[in-house]
Amino acid sequence: MDTRTTIIALAYLVSAVLFILGLKGLTHPRTAVRGNLIGALGMLLAVVVTLVSQQIVGYWLIGVGLVIGTVVGAVLAIRIQMTAMPQMVALFNGFGGAASVLVAWSELIVLAGHVRELSAKELPVPGDVYGTLVSGLLAGLIGAVTFWGSLVAFAKLQEYKAFRKPYEYPFMKLGNVALGLLVVLLVVLGVMCPGSVWPYVLLVLVASVLGVTLVNPIGGADMPVVIALLNSYSGLAAAATGFVLDNSVLIIAGSLVGASGVILTQIMCKAMNRSLAHVLFGVLAPTDGSATADEVYGGKVKATSAEEVAMLFESARRVVIVPGYGLAVAQAQHTVRDLAKLLESRGCAVEFAIHPVAGRMPGHMNVLLAEAEVPYDQLKEPDEINAAMGQTDVALVIGANDVVNPEARNPKSAIAGMPIIDCDKARTCVVVKRSLSPGFAGIPNPLFALDNTLMFFGDGRKAMLDLLAAMKE
Amino acid sequence: MGLLTGLTVFVLAIFVGFEIITKIPPTLHTPLMSGSNAISGITVVGAILAAGADHGWFACLLGMIAVALAMINVVGGFLVTNRMLEMFRRK
Repeated sequence: MDTRTTIIALAYLVSAVLFILGLKGLTHPRTAVRGNLIGALGMLLAVVVTLVSQQIVGYWLIGVGLVIGTVVGAVLAIRIQMTAMPQMVALFNGFGGAASVLVAWSELIVLAGHVRELSAKELPVPGDVYGTLVSGLLAGLIGAVTFWGSLVAFAKLQEYKAFRKPYEYPFMKLGNVALGLLVVLLVVLGVMCPGSVWPYVLLVLVASVLGVTLVNPIGGADMPVVIALLNSYSGLAAAATGFVLDNSVLIIAGSLVGASGVILTQIMCKAMNRSLAHVLFGVLAPTDGSATADEVYGGKVKATSAEEVAMLFESARRVVIVPGYGLAVAQAQHTVRDLAKLLESRGCAVEFAIHPVAGRMPGHMNVLLAEAEVPYDQLKEPDEINAAMGQTDVALVIGANDVVNPEARNPKSAIAGMPIIDCDKARTCVVVKRSLSPGFAGIPNPLFALDNTLMFFGDGRKAMLDLLAAMKE
Repeated sequence: MGLLTGLTVFVLAIFVGFEIITKIPPTLHTPLMSGSNAISGITVVGAILAAGADHGWFACLLGMIAVALAMINVVGGFLVTNRMLEMFRRK
């Protein structure tokens, strides 16, 4: 190893350390901004030392790529709305996967040329060629699945009409199994023919189809799991590319991201009380254990008005606000923030109960509320909130349904065992909702029919504005 | 570096990742995803090597597209993460 190569390798080590320190900064909101900057510094270092490496002979193409990527990335990052964050992360996951596909392709072209030269001279192919080859094929496979899967996830989150409902076609599962077998076959073929790139190209094509058919049947409610999983894949694709290039910083960074995605996937699955296999290949169980909407609601639902709720809040000492995605859809974050401030100014304790699947990706609701300037120490996890729910005067549910459904405690229910926020245990529960329509789980919610529950029907934002006006009177 | 050393690094880094990331609070999970996304843009290193090397026009073209895609990840990822985290910082 010459001096330059050694220095570059050491610089890569430093940037890997910076990535780890950067992620460590994310363990607290106070240090998180600095952590992100440390990570960016690590990336800058890695890019700069790569640019001075000996293998590089031309800078034109690199320059063009860097400029295009920087401009597009910056524009996207500055213009994106916080509600659209899940789509953007999905898109970025996809780009990461596609980049890995292309890099591995380019490297395998070089490798194949090298192998053909050796065969022409009737020399044996060295063993480490096969390690590179397998890594390259894996990078192509994971990268292509990530890219196309992410595009489908993006289309679903963006609610493009054509993607509202999954496409159904006969032998869907059988088709995926066949594609899976084809993938195995092409990987074997790729290893057997190290002098050709064609198996790789075919593998990428098949993996692209697989990426679409795997994500296509997954419903909108399960998107948080899918995005977290694709996040993990994009990391693994980068790590596989690291094996192709024999480059440790890619392997380290890729595996950090892979681990992060796996953890988030687990958290989301747990919060929805479903196994990963169930999300990917199954449908929600039939709801034979639950009562019908008529049985649950019939004559028991009490509607309320802004004035009545305002009176309730007058005497409340402790209020818990439970936001769901409906709050973001109604753009009611800022109005809710105003309500919380008003209550606090009257000496009432206010906390927000954030269920892990309240938004459309892990932590999404926290970002939406942070944007509305709700302090992060008011945002509490379900466990913490539930412990004090008995001493809560009013639980205000806005645009949430399944995550406050007490049916989760019924072992026969479709959502049995799902962790919920125990709003039924508060002295009074006020539910702001457009109608009694079911949530993603498709089952009625007995909370709405309880004696201590008041239904405040209407659009979330308008209801909050009416309530604020009534309270100020 | 070799395949075995690479695998060693891979497995150990996954453990480091698990240790750190389980400590990140749910409040910051969205910035974690966009930030880790930016980090997975590290493929840009491989893309630069592919685009700048003397391996024929097609291999270099693939490299250039990869540079652009990975750079969208890097720049977009770090910028949007910063945007979100600034919102958490203010009181």
